[in-house]
Amino acid sequence: MADLGAPAQPKPSSSVKLVLLGEAAVGKSSLVMRFVNNDFQENKEPTIGAAFLTQKCNLPTRTIKFEIWDTAGQERFASLAPMYYRNAQAALVVYDITKPSSLTKAQHWVAELQRQASPGIVIALVGNKFDLASPSGGEGVDDVDAAPAAEGETNEDEESIDARRVPTKTAKAYADEESLLFFETSAKTGMNVAEVFTAIANAIPETSLKGPRGVGGQTNLGRQEDARVNLTGGRTEGPKEGCAC
Amino acid sequence: MSDTEPRASETTPNNPPTPPKKSDPIEQRDFANPTINIIQSASRKASTSDLSSISRESTPPPLPPRPKNLGLLDSRPSTSHSTAPARPQLVSKATTQLSYSDTNTYNNETQSDSHSSGASRPKNYFGLNFGSRNTSDVEDYASMRSFAPTEVGIGDAESMIGELGGDREKSLLRSLGHRFEDQESESMFPPDPQFEEAFKHEFDDIPDMEADGSNEESVMLQWRGKLKHFLILSSAGKPIYSRHGDDQLITNYIGVVQTIISFYQSANDTLRGFTAGDVRFVVISKGPLNLVAITRLPESESQLRTQLDALYMQILSTLTLPSMERMFATRANYDLRRPLQGTETLLSALADGFTRGSPSTLLSALECLKLRKSHRHIINNTLLKTRSENLLYGLIVASGKLVSVVRPKKHSLHPGDLHLIFNMLFEAGSVKAGGGENWIPLCLPGFNNTGYLYMYVSFLNLEHPTKQMQERPQSRSGDGDEVAILLISANKEGFFEMQSMRNMLVEQLQINGSIALIRDAVKKGRPRCTDIVPGTPLRHFLYKSRGNVQFVMPGFEPAFADSIERRRLMNLYGKLHVQLHGKPTSLKIHHETSTTYISLAWTTPLFELYCVAPGTTSRAALAQAANKVIQWVRMEEERVFIIGGAVF
Repeated sequence: MADLGAPAQPKPSSSVKLVLLGEAAVGKSSLVMRFVNNDFQENKEPTIGAAFLTQKCNLPTRTIKFEIWDTAGQERFASLAPMYYRNAQAALVVYDITKPSSLTKAQHWVAELQRQASPGIVIALVGNKFDLASPSGGEGVDDVDAAPAAEGETNEDEESIDARRVPTKTAKAYADEESLLFFETSAKTGMNVAEVFTAIANAIPETSLKGPRGVGGQTNLGRQEDARVNLTGGRTEGPKEGCAC
Repeated sequence: MSDTEPRASETTPNNPPTPPKKSDPIEQRDFANPTINIIQSASRKASTSDLSSISRESTPPPLPPRPKNLGLLDSRPSTSHSTAPARPQLVSKATTQLSYSDTNTYNNETQSDSHSSGASRPKNYFGLNFGSRNTSDVEDYASMRSFAPTEVGIGDAESMIGELGGDREKSLLRSLGHRFEDQESESMFPPDPQFEEAFKHEFDDIPDMEADGSNEESVMLQWRGKLKHFLILSSAGKPIYSRHGDDQLITNYIGVVQTIISFYQSANDTLRGFTAGDVRFVVISKGPLNLVAITRLPESESQLRTQLDALYMQILSTLTLPSMERMFATRANYDLRRPLQGTETLLSALADGFTRGSPSTLLSALECLKLRKSHRHIINNTLLKTRSENLLYGLIVASGKLVSVVRPKKHSLHPGDLHLIFNMLFEAGSVKAGGGENWIPLCLPGFNNTGYLYMYVSFLNLEHPTKQMQERPQSRSGDGDEVAILLISANKEGFFEMQSMRNMLVEQLQINGSIALIRDAVKKGRPRCTDIVPGTPLRHFLYKSRGNVQFVMPGFEPAFADSIERRRLMNLYGKLHVQLHGKPTSLKIHHETSTTYISLAWTTPLFELYCVAPGTTSRAALAQAANKVIQWVRMEEERVFIIGGAVF
């Protein structure tokens, strides 16, 4: 995390704090791993807490250094999320195209971000696990409403069954309505992964960019709550299942 | 040193109990004599164990007489002569084959006549063959015992005879002047194909049940074939975790277990465990949770309890105690799987560690990376120098071994907590695989089970320590040589503070050469037995420093290279451990032989030592080797253990 980037770069370089949010097991860490390491692991174990990674993204006119917070999707970590999206300039809200409930969850996150994150935050809605959709279900904007009847849990058989449950159209319509960037990706094949990050980099207004250590990193230090050992109040409580808003 | 050797004396396990007054001096002698030097020289670490015993040490009683036939014993030509000894009581007491040492009916009032516990053990003494070794020391019963093999050829007289034949041949050959060179890698344990087969598939996933139930039978068979199960359920009977099998498969069993547990609860009784056939069930109830271990491995009840405790601590570590209690307070049939989502891998990693056999859990102790004292001192100082304000604990860990720790004076680290952390980082692999730096909220129940701490984790690329985090973190590190920097803070928002401390720390460690030292030490790995004591007959040992709550052991290779051999070694250690820790009678020294191995367990207020050598080793050689190990540890104490650590 040393500030090595700036002097060496001929192009202006700036840091962008980006946070990944979304339900558990939609592939947030896999997207990051594809973006940062160009690598993919099947059956990755769930993230615990959050992971912090950085990766540069070269644009024609400037270099963006992403400071990525890859958060855990489990419900019990939801109360920590504000710490990560506070002052973030960009957010990737991820859902799983084979799991409609994950889109619902994504919509909750979008709403929370719009309500509580920085006003100028760039939000991208990302439907991951595109590799599980059958080719006939198709790229882009076709209506794939006719999802076959095979019941859930078939995510792993990508052979002939189309596991897609969320039509592209539905998600795209929602994204347009909320003016979000929208992509369907596959961390497994790498499809569209770099594109998402490039699009985010391009969408970030020049004005909100500062030096390599700008708005990005420091923001976590603003304290909102007592953060001592016995601060467990509210975490992982029963009643707030399902929705963190 | 020959004076202080633990004498390879033995007792007739079935001797009628001696009156306490008679056995007392013997107990004292056995306890005191082998250890006196060590105790005196290192008494600053002496843990509070037995005051009276310490006072005895100043006047060591005479040593027990050496067996008259020591020469004969040394060459041990006759591990299996069938000449019946003049000890008919052995025969009369032979009972079942199963060696549930934990079911021993320890009905002795006093600790001192511990030998009599041997009499009540439901062991099978097929080993009248071993009588020849008992001829010289009939009166030498003490707190030390020798056992004829109870493992060998369980319930299988034929195979026993087969081995006898083989051994007789061996001894004949030996008497003709042949020397038997044991190959180092030769198995120390008799083959047990059934166990091997079961163990091989122990960690395989159980396939899902087909919707039509067509594969039900085979799935059930596989499930039942597992050597070990862990079940966690709520006191309302809701399944929370099962190591093997999905809900559909375990529901019935959960129901049955719950019924049994609540049957006892309704009578204001607590079910602690029971045995069905060759399967041992152990239950612990912790508030709203019931945890059950089901095992066919030779493990004692207290060992299984320790394992269940660790699983319980893992759950607390995820949820904290008050928040878990709140969940159940609102609804008794709360489904705890939801808040625990994603931690199944941690529980399973713990469970599999237990099934594979973990010296760390068995001994409730930690292992440290061996470093020179001065080198560790430099690392400690660097940690202290770079310590940032909100740091609670700082640790450097290399592949599950502690390198250094910095901590506040008032708080030591609980081994159970560290075990959870190590499990998360090195066994479960979820943190490691993700790459990057991690910020993990966790509760350390041994430290404080009511709240969360926040742990900064960064894995170090030892070849390029400063490069690692720059742009492209390693997604996968090499096997077993990961070094992690853990910085634990109570400050939820302290990530960047810890990150900058980590950067400073790594920079300093690199400048002062410590990174290179750690790298070399990691690469070197654990020494072999023969590196520690040249020419030692020992194949493996565990040495636990009781004062430091740390242990040291040689590498498993070459004798226990594969996991089955390792599991068997752990079985043996487990059995030895029971002998030293069985309540209410526990031994100070326990010696056990079989046709294939000879072993010694030895405890003093300072240490516990477990060691094992091939069956051809003489007891004197074993005892000598054990003493050599202790000498070695004493010399290397400040290298193999972290004494004090960096305290602020």
